[in-house]
Amino acid sequence: MAFIEIAGVDLRYGGQPGVDDGTGTTLALANASLTVERNEFVSIVGPSGCGKSTMLKLISGLVRATCGGVRIAGEEIRKPLKTVGMAFQNSTLLPWRNVRDNVLLPLEIVEPYRSQPKSEMATKRKRADDLLATVGLGDFGDRMPWQLSGGMQQRAQLCRALIHEPAILLLDEPFGALDAFTREELWGVLQNLWLRSRCTVILVTHELREAVYLSDIVHVISARPGRVIASSPVPFARPRTLDMTFETDFVDLVHACRHHISVGNAA
Amino acid sequence: MKRSTVEKLAPWITTLGLFTLWQFAVMAFHVETFVLPTPIEAIEQIYVNRYPLMVHGLATLGTTLLGFAFAVTFGLMLGILVGSVRLAYVSLYPILIGFNSVPKAAVIPILVIWFGVGTAPAVIAAFLLSFFPVVVNVSTGFATIEPELLDVLRVLGATRKDMIVKIGIPRSLPFFFASLKIAITLSFVGTVIAEIIAGNNGIGNLMLIASSNFNVPLVFAALLVVGVMGVGMYAIFAALETRFTSWSVRGSGLGVEHAGGG
Repeated sequence: MAFIEIAGVDLRYGGQPGVDDGTGTTLALANASLTVERNEFVSIVGPSGCGKSTMLKLISGLVRATCGGVRIAGEEIRKPLKTVGMAFQNSTLLPWRNVRDNVLLPLEIVEPYRSQPKSEMATKRKRADDLLATVGLGDFGDRMPWQLSGGMQQRAQLCRALIHEPAILLLDEPFGALDAFTREELWGVLQNLWLRSRCTVILVTHELREAVYLSDIVHVISARPGRVIASSPVPFARPRTLDMTFETDFVDLVHACRHHISVGNAA
Repeated sequence: MKRSTVEKLAPWITTLGLFTLWQFAVMAFHVETFVLPTPIEAIEQIYVNRYPLMVHGLATLGTTLLGFAFAVTFGLMLGILVGSVRLAYVSLYPILIGFNSVPKAAVIPILVIWFGVGTAPAVIAAFLLSFFPVVVNVSTGFATIEPELLDVLRVLGATRKDMIVKIGIPRSLPFFFASLKIAITLSFVGTVIAEIIAGNNGIGNLMLIASSNFNVPLVFAALLVVGVMGVGMYAIFAALETRFTSWSVRGSGLGVEHAGGG
């Protein structure tokens, strides 16, 4: 059985479960199904407004499906999970905390870290600093978020999403607001983080090269109401390099995904 | 001169300039002392009546701080409730607005009927005038929390209390401190009005007695004392604000300002 299983899910905004059509509600997902294996890196791509982010909210338990079920490790999701790390497109670092304290935030919420005695604090700080060092922010723990560039803020956000070693990492267009060079640099950072932790990752993006560069499988979602219309496995060995993104095989795969999206839009 | 020195001196220079202007205007137009005294005459009265002014000034300060303390406690709790619970916002806001539109000077006679003449109506007036900006600002701070910030905690399985403690309160602190600066000055207004209408001590009472004796310079001396106390308290809360919410200022030198009613 798959680790994450979304089976025949409808999701309607602004209405109640069981309400008929034509009631001024929006159908974001229609009969959407998706499975993700444990330790797999999966990307979800699609036109804007197709319900990609909604898919993540379903898995994180932030929203409930109107009908159909979401299961993680065989368990139906009814409320937000504790085993999830999440990073967003905009920096959501808390502006009143320095970078290290931002990264430490999940450890103040999630068990067993939450109930650990204060004496563990030094160990935790060390852990945050080590993690920050792996993304090149070793010397920035004491800085405030506004003193960091956009790319550095996203690096810190990735650290915060991973500090409690979640089983699932959900990324909602984490590099969407960055310039092209910074973005490509951060692909490498994320790849390294994943090679070290090997958690299950679901990345929502509209950047096809990013999806192919990072993932094991790229799922293409149709325009609203969204459902998965194509799934392309990515065969390239890791660690992948930026040079690979210009090779023929890579470019062909990107084109294939783009084709699925335009076909899905026309349909 | 250095920029920071200029900024430090600027308020003193403007105040001095204003007093000079006042002094020369009174002299040039030969205004009678019982209509408008010169600032020098007013300051002279501060010296002459320094003991009564100090006693009554301290009484006013105590009354104001007591009313202000109630306003902050009550305003903070109500602000968190109104800002974080939708139903509380919908049901309480119209009443709050309506309440704040009532002129507080008109309420004081009622307070006198209930509590008699003295300190009680003044404390309540100080409270009534100053709690509103605290409620409005704190609730605004809570209501404008970016939903993504809450999602960050929600996906970790945080409780409602976690979200208020880790996000709501720190996020609202700049709003809260901005409201304190407004509320403390409004508290003085409430106290002095109540002392004028129904006091048996305090600066307001002193002013009432002085003006019935046509001692207008003393009235102005009392006003100056209230003004100085207001600026002093404002400065204390501004310093606290800088100390606790420096993250929201980023060196612009200007904090969040939100006007309140009065």
